[in-house]
Amino acid sequence: MKIRAWVDGGKATVKAIIFHPMETGLRKDKASGKTIPPHYITEVKCEHNGKSVLDCFWGPGVSKNPFVSFRFKGAKSGDKLKVSWVDNKGGKGTKEAKIG
Amino acid sequence: MNTQRRTFLTASMAAGTVAVAASAGLLSPSTVLAAWPAKAFETKKLDVAMKEVIGSTKATDSKDIVVEAPDIAENGAVVSVTVKSKIPNTESITLFVPVNAFPLSASYAIAANTDGFVTTRLKMAKTSDVVAYVKAGGKVYKAKKAVKVTLGGCGG
Repeated sequence: MKIRAWVDGGKATVKAIIFHPMETGLRKDKASGKTIPPHYITEVKCEHNGKSVLDCFWGPGVSKNPFVSFRFKGAKSGDKLKVSWVDNKGGKGTKEAKIG
Repeated sequence: MNTQRRTFLTASMAAGTVAVAASAGLLSPSTVLAAWPAKAFETKKLDVAMKEVIGSTKATDSKDIVVEAPDIAENGAVVSVTVKSKIPNTESITLFVPVNAFPLSASYAIAANTDGFVTTRLKMAKTSDVVAYVKAGGKVYKAKKAVKVTLGGCGG
């Protein structure tokens, strides 16, 4: 996962990219002809200093290696921004970044 | 006393209370959305997904919502979509691609300090509208943008 966050004009802008296959469950493996089982991120939580700023609910219709960008008020340089995700197979990941 | 019957009655009454509370709209949208709405994401029917995730199939067209997406997407696997909502107290932004196998793409719960703004990348099976629904103050608003897809992005 890559996170970039910075403050500009009293607002923080966050850009995050999570590396994930985001399989829909509809695609077929070309070699074996078998359907590739669904494997996608369902939920992403974004927290600023422990307080929730954005909750994402995703389905298989979100692109591979999903990207999300958003803005929020009340942040200052040096604050912490945490992004954590879970997928439909129980996989998860968390990363914390400092707002620049 | 028949204890089994007693247990059954208590359990069914408790379940009934929750159902009544939910149907009366006593559960606020944030509590309903606290968990990932599996039914909404797994359905292939647009109206079922809408009802599950937004709580309504009706929405008012709004000029305060802007959906930014390319006019022509060469690759339907990655279509960058930005939604900007100027509606005060925007609570959630939900994105649908009606032609996809699973029409509900993504839903974002917006906190009080967060702008009504989100950028994301979606898959599109073929040429379609991208429809954004914004929930604010208990009402649902919508806006859309047509995207021409030259190469579908849902495999198969």
